[in-house]
Amino acid sequence: MIDEGLKSELQKQGVYVTTLEDLYNWGRANSVWPLTFGLACCAIEMMAASMARFDLARFGAEVFRPSPRQADLMIVAGTVTKKMAPLVVRIYNQMPEPKYVIAMGACAISGGPFKQGYNVLKGVDRYLPVDVAIPGCPPRPEALIHAIMTLQEKILAQKLTGPGRPRHLNADVASEFPVPTYGPHDLEPSKNSEVWHPPLIKR
Amino acid sequence: MNVLATPPKNFEVKPKLDAKGEELGELLEVSMGPHHPSTHGVFRMDVVLDGEKVVKLKPVFGYLHRNHEKIGENISYLANMPYTDRLDYFCSMTNNWAYALTIEKLAGLAVPERAEHIRVIMAELTRLQNHTCLIGFFVQDMGALGTPMMYAFREREKILDLFEEVSGARMMCNYMRFGGVRVDVNDEWIARTKKVVADYSKFLDEFGTFLTENEIVLARTQFVGVLPKDLAVSASITGPMLRAAGVNYDLRKVDKYGIYSRFNFQVPVGEHGDIYDRYMIRVLEMRESIKILEQALRDIPAGSVMDPKAKLRGFRPKAGEVYGRVEGPKGELGFYVISDGSPNPYRYRVRPPSFINLTILEDICLGHNISDAVVILGSVDIVLGEVDR
Repeated sequence: MIDEGLKSELQKQGVYVTTLEDLYNWGRANSVWPLTFGLACCAIEMMAASMARFDLARFGAEVFRPSPRQADLMIVAGTVTKKMAPLVVRIYNQMPEPKYVIAMGACAISGGPFKQGYNVLKGVDRYLPVDVAIPGCPPRPEALIHAIMTLQEKILAQKLTGPGRPRHLNADVASEFPVPTYGPHDLEPSKNSEVWHPPLIKR
Repeated sequence: MNVLATPPKNFEVKPKLDAKGEELGELLEVSMGPHHPSTHGVFRMDVVLDGEKVVKLKPVFGYLHRNHEKIGENISYLANMPYTDRLDYFCSMTNNWAYALTIEKLAGLAVPERAEHIRVIMAELTRLQNHTCLIGFFVQDMGALGTPMMYAFREREKILDLFEEVSGARMMCNYMRFGGVRVDVNDEWIARTKKVVADYSKFLDEFGTFLTENEIVLARTQFVGVLPKDLAVSASITGPMLRAAGVNYDLRKVDKYGIYSRFNFQVPVGEHGDIYDRYMIRVLEMRESIKILEQALRDIPAGSVMDPKAKLRGFRPKAGEVYGRVEGPKGELGFYVISDGSPNPYRYRVRPPSFINLTILEDICLGHNISDAVVILGSVDIVLGEVDR
């Protein structure tokens, strides 16, 4: 590895030295294309974030694609109901790797204010691996921008080799998840235990 | 790798039969939604197509059913106020007002003059931003991707700034209370609102220059999706859709709730009931809203913003039932509440305008192209939070 001091000294002279990993991650992090996927109230704030005042284009993430085949990032913007949950998982499965998920708003994180409802999924992380969660009801557009920046940091820190390499470079890790079906009382299965790791409460 | 997802059964090909039962061609059944950029949320249309013509359309909803009414029956009256924000998430202020009005009717609370004026100002600002965004969306459905939305959201942000300053939230304002409003507005806020309102006419002129006589807009909207007057009345359509069909019915004039009887404004009424009339009604309504706002901002008196008799904690209205309604931007928004004297309602029901306006979707889409069905849906002005509740 090149010494950081030497690297910056060379940059002053107009010589840029980098690794393939950094270059690859730099390209990926600055062109995250989200899916046009609004579920509820948060979708309006997602739209507002892509409009003139907040201008998500500054972070390379303004290209909202309606087709999951062209998207890198799924912003779960709103309440996921039990009727909608299988479709959310199916859309996620249709996205190509590398793909990321942002759970936007209290409903997507945990069910939020509608948690006591019989038809509301208590958090999309029961079925999908969530990379960044934004609290708020709804989160402000600035919060979404912060989440995109957090995701960029996460992408920039990824190593392309070794055991911690990202999913799309690791054939052993699943990229599609089982789609739940409508059971007589609840979704079946009610959670995907491969994905969902709730914190243990110690008493 | 195992692919566990079952393929969606969206496409089904059926032979089309003529009157004698002979096969004419093929009908294509297309499931539009719930993930579709033009369905304004998680809404599905099962469309049967003959070529590009819609021969059958079945709206499917329930993808955003969030148990609003059931939750409302299990929590106290006041705790339900933030939930009403999330019904029609574009117009939280009018939702708040409709709910507050209903409970005030039930409990017999009076509203101070200043609070009535603030409510009118908030409701009309809500109407302005809702109609502006709606026009942005439905022009986007016609293919003008991006630019009209940019203009619409630019204006919306100015109004949301005003909401944020008084209520602390951009969208979910939770601002009204039974017997008044939560916080008073200051003179600086009123001065800023006056400026936003004064600038809004200029924006409407600009927006209208681009759209009102635009050749593509005229070609795509005139005589498309015509809603006849009698069908509109018998299907209990309300709001701009009803007025575009030629029925002069506006609750601000009919019920004269709040202090609307004091303001000088007109109700625009359409002629043909097509998409273009629905668009024009909204543009003209925004002009009338500006008139109301100017009068309300001029006449706003000093004083308290809460009825001193109103009780926030331990609120138990007497037993009885009540129906309260306001003219929301989308139509008649009503709340029906049965009280049994306990801290939470016995039955709580919402009359959502966008859900009831959606019931005639098949009637106005039949015979049009699939691309027109998208624009017709846009002109109905639905918000799925309110349709599914």
